[in-house]
Amino acid sequence: MSAFLARDVHKRFRATTALDGVSLEIGDGELFGLLGPNGAGKSTLVKIAVGLTKASSGSIETVGHPAGSADARARVGYLAELFRFPSWLTADEVLRFHQRLASSTGGAGERAELLRLVALDHVADRRVGSMSKGMQQRLGLAQALVNEPKLLILDEPTSALDPEGRHMVRRLLEHLRERGTAVLLNSHLLSEVELVCDRIAILVAGRIVTHGDPKDLAGAGGVEIDTQDGTQRFAGASRDEIPALVARLVAEGARIFGVRETHRTLEEVYLAAVQQERSA
Amino acid sequence: MIWLIARSVFTESLRRRVFLVVPIVTVLFIGLYAFAVDRVFATVRREALGGEANSEIFAGATLLGLSMFATLFLGAVLASFLTFSTVRGDAEQGTLQPAIVRPPGRRAWIVGRYLGAAAIGVSYAVALFAACVTVTGAISGWWPDRVIEPALQLAGAIAIIAAISTLGSVFLSATANGTTALMLFGAGLTTGFMEQIGVALNAPTLMTIGRTGALALPFEALYQAALRALTADTTGITGFVVRLGPFGGGRAMTALGYLWIAGFVVAVAVLAIRSFERRDL
Repeated sequence: MSAFLARDVHKRFRATTALDGVSLEIGDGELFGLLGPNGAGKSTLVKIAVGLTKASSGSIETVGHPAGSADARARVGYLAELFRFPSWLTADEVLRFHQRLASSTGGAGERAELLRLVALDHVADRRVGSMSKGMQQRLGLAQALVNEPKLLILDEPTSALDPEGRHMVRRLLEHLRERGTAVLLNSHLLSEVELVCDRIAILVAGRIVTHGDPKDLAGAGGVEIDTQDGTQRFAGASRDEIPALVARLVAEGARIFGVRETHRTLEEVYLAAVQQERSA
Repeated sequence: MIWLIARSVFTESLRRRVFLVVPIVTVLFIGLYAFAVDRVFATVRREALGGEANSEIFAGATLLGLSMFATLFLGAVLASFLTFSTVRGDAEQGTLQPAIVRPPGRRAWIVGRYLGAAAIGVSYAVALFAACVTVTGAISGWWPDRVIEPALQLAGAIAIIAAISTLGSVFLSATANGTTALMLFGAGLTTGFMEQIGVALNAPTLMTIGRTGALALPFEALYQAALRALTADTTGITGFVVRLGPFGGGRAMTALGYLWIAGFVVAVAVLAIRSFERRDL
């Protein structure tokens, strides 16, 4: 059973097409990154997955149940991109309220553990209204983890966090992977996605333009060989091709001073995909 | 779950100091009302109405009717305040989304929030009405013909205002909905006054406007019925004089009227739930 399965999902808002046939599958325990420029449809896809928005056509299943159904809601944790908790509740009360809504039997132990995971255990009794934006974001993460969801959907979870907070989120995501929780991470931060995700997809103008293992996508960018005539670049060449390239250059009379394998960054892959889609 | 969500409205009111501000305003109002009752009855006892009309009944019914107007207004403000941002306002703030993706879902959320707000508004209105009846009786010695009936009718009026405001919150932003709810409240009361003026002047057009308003906004019909219940058993010239006044008149509610109100509330509830369930957030 997939943790997340989208089949040919379309979403139109009057004349605007937000999603144009998105199909996507996330396996159990998989950490999946969704990338894309503003307005690409990432948040719309996430909102359909948690039942906040309805698809115009196509379907999404989360943990084996139709997205937004009561069964799905019971097994999915969600952190919205823009959210706010009632300012008059304490961190512990926010979690207790969500425990009750989720029928969690974790009690005080679960709350303490979640607050410890997001480094808020020392402010359990502080009201949300007096918390910094970063603290509220971390509380949002803890809230999403109430009742041990099988699928966690995070929409820009690190937007309000400082570098230490982002590091904490990365460790948390790795911890969830070990626990077998699938994660759909919607983020603008390429480095963050590259560091933690098993697979990524790039969404542009409502369509997935590329997807796969971030290491494969950002893999070999080519080979650079320094000769007496300057640096010669062989775009797309891989490490295995280096001996043959060097032998050919030497046979042609070149003197070799250095050989380098170059790599494409995920950012380059992302920008190329976005520009290609836009120009198309 | 509905109970949990309804209780959250109470916690919110408590923590946001609604229960601190409202009692202060209420005590101020009751104090002023007690002073007014004392002064009016002192005057009435000196300068009684001529003829067969009972001045004390007229003064008591008019004053208590006036206090009911204030009670309905304060209760309507409280009910609107607690419901005006239930859906769209809270969604724009971002407080709605984390809660409604939980298993209870949208229906439980909107019903729970409505019940919580209505319970607070209704309790407040009934308590204030009881306080006004007690103050009036203790100072003047005049007690209304019926107490339970108008209290229940006031409670129903507040529950309807809360329902209208909850329905509005599905479609309108918080500010627009709060404004709309209070304007509808004002419109309802205005049509009621027009009907009373129409009755006094025997003007059929004004009476028709009033009755149409009471149908469209049935909290007004309940308010009119509550006014009438205060002097339901008062007859003769005193009853006639009382019913001419803006706060002592009113119109009794028929069984068909109650049926209409029940249908209205069910329609508002169904429309609010269905619309909320279909709304993209």
